[in-house]
Amino acid sequence: MESILTFDSLLFTVVVKVLVIVAFFLVAALVVGYLEHKVMGHMQDRTGPMEAGLGPVKHGVGQLVADGAKFIQKEDIIPRSADRWVFAIAPGVALVPTLMILVVIPFGPGVWAENLDLGLFFALAASGVTVIGVLMAGWASANKFSLMGAIRDAAQLIAYELPLVLAGAAVALQAGTLSLVEIVERQNELVLFDTIPVWYGVPQVIGFGLFFVAAMAELNRPPFDMPIADSEIIAGHMTEYTGLRYAFFMLSEYAGMVVLSALAVVLFLGGWYPWPGADLPDGAWGAVIGTVTTIAKTVILAMVMTWARATFPRLREDQLQRMAWTILIPLALAQIVVIAIVIVVLP
Amino acid sequence: MPTAPKIGLLKGLGLTLKTALTPATTQQYPHVKPDLPPRTRGVIALMEENCTVCFQCARECPDWCIYIDSHKLTVPPKEPGGRSRTRNQLDRFAIDFALCMYCGICVEVCPFDALFWSPEFEYSEHRIADLTHEMDQLREWMDTVPPPPPLEVGAAMPKEVQDGQRAAAKAVEEAAEAARAAAEAAAQAEAAAQPAAEPAPDFDQETYDRLLAEGKSERVAKAKAKKAAAKQRSAAGGQPGGSASPQADDGGSGSPQAGAQAAAAAEPAAEPAPEFDQETYDRLLAEGKSERVAAAKAKAAAAKRRRQASEGSEGDQ
Ligand code: SF4
Ligand code: SF4
Repeated sequence: MESILTFDSLLFTVVVKVLVIVAFFLVAALVVGYLEHKVMGHMQDRTGPMEAGLGPVKHGVGQLVADGAKFIQKEDIIPRSADRWVFAIAPGVALVPTLMILVVIPFGPGVWAENLDLGLFFALAASGVTVIGVLMAGWASANKFSLMGAIRDAAQLIAYELPLVLAGAAVALQAGTLSLVEIVERQNELVLFDTIPVWYGVPQVIGFGLFFVAAMAELNRPPFDMPIADSEIIAGHMTEYTGLRYAFFMLSEYAGMVVLSALAVVLFLGGWYPWPGADLPDGAWGAVIGTVTTIAKTVILAMVMTWARATFPRLREDQLQRMAWTILIPLALAQIVVIAIVIVVLP
Repeated sequence: MPTAPKIGLLKGLGLTLKTALTPATTQQYPHVKPDLPPRTRGVIALMEENCTVCFQCARECPDWCIYIDSHKLTVPPKEPGGRSRTRNQLDRFAIDFALCMYCGICVEVCPFDALFWSPEFEYSEHRIADLTHEMDQLREWMDTVPPPPPLEVGAAMPKEVQDGQRAAAKAVEEAAEAARAAAEAAAQAEAAAQPAAEPAPDFDQETYDRLLAEGKSERVAKAKAKKAAAKQRSAAGGQPGGSASPQADDGGSGSPQAGAQAAAAAEPAAEPAPEFDQETYDRLLAEGKSERVAAAKAKAAAAKRRRQASEGSEGDQ
């Protein structure tokens, strides 16, 4: 199937795709950021933002827009001893991978920007690029806290990228393809014991858990926010940043939540199908229903991330590493072996 | 080896979920006024009339944020030939609420009940200098001071009230004493003048004294005394001219004049030097003044009336 964003003129197609992706990226980050404010507020027995609104709708729906306006007005400070050039582009580098993953994520039948044959590979590879931006920021800031944060982030990425990739690989193994679109289609065809249609999240429940935990760690979301632990190293690699550049880091965190949640939905929760074995109508209706379904599932997953954030205290650096290397990675390896055996043994 | 994750992780998730599903306790402050306890320390009010410029508060304030200016005033002697006295006149009393840390020491330490806590808290300003509240402002806060909390059941009355009650009781006793003496004299005189029978007394002094001694209020005592007298009257067989009423000689309540006199003497004691003008008090309360203000004004009104009364009676004599 072709992407619905494909037009006759190649240039036009590219422009439309880029615009749609950037728009989705910004809106999704704002929406999820706002929801996180509210959900976390209520989990902490308060109401979250209540005042800023868009028009007559209050309850703080305009809070993040207001925050953005504030960030724009802030002075853009670059420390004197900082490596100016690297310092300046680091937030952009941290932001790009999130945008790139969005390119391959299918939101509905036909609702994607690119259907790469190597979609999963592309997404997982791109997600690892963020750390380069973080390292650049940490190093260029000429601040020991920034540097420590960046190093911690790199260490964390190495530790958690493994279970992430292994969990993804198990899915690819079971689906027999790396294309995210096809993973969704195959997933919908999976029928357990010839009777119960399920998504990959059921046979690969361990993999799903691993993927989700590793995704949280990769995004530096609490309880895995050691690289930006405010009580120890102020804000890690973001310590020296102000204004819009700081906002970029925040934006990439929230957009990252959306993107990795969407990836988890595509890999384990049936993508755009509302229930296992569902059948979507062809054409526009199918695209709309599919997109709404994917986004709803994604938001729910993102809120689960927020739920974990509001519940669990931050792991210590050594606990963080030990958890990855002694629990998650062995589990992921064991799981991939089991899946491989089952795939081979079962027809 | 780390210990395996336990059920506590799930319990934690359950707790946050439960909290999320119950309504938040947030009070939407500017839209909804907070529900403050009545003795909240919001702002300090000054009852200017009570302040004797003793400087205790200014000296004890840990922040030195109370500013007092005063000058000596010479008060002319009350009686001619007496010594003129000096007293302090308050010129300025200001509290800098930008400095104040709301410790309440000044309120505690004031020996003359001039400083009070008010729960009012919305007095932020754009300029820090405006947070220094001068005397008039502090006086206005006085209107927002809540009435003192009621005493606990069985608690001793405040010292002032005890003093007042004691003085009142004493006044009553003296009045009764005087009435008895007068009654005796009158009875004797009348007995001498007309030994004939008297109209039955309508006030039984004996009962009255007994009840008073028992600590009953004057009103009750008087009422009972009247009733007792009425009873005696009816017991005497309703003969208005009946001879030699037995009460006539036993020390007291024989003559109606004496009874009346006793009542008259007891009357001012009954409302013993009204320290407090109920009417003024009620009116001020109705006007929305605080109870303290009302009480103070009521006292002042009562004092004025008393003064006038005593001047009047002096003129009579
Ligand atoms: S409450 Fe304020 S003014 Fe009173 S003593 Fe304390 S600091 Fe000074
Ligand atoms: S302690 Fe009381 S009476 Fe003394 S100066 Fe302060 S307010 Fe006036």
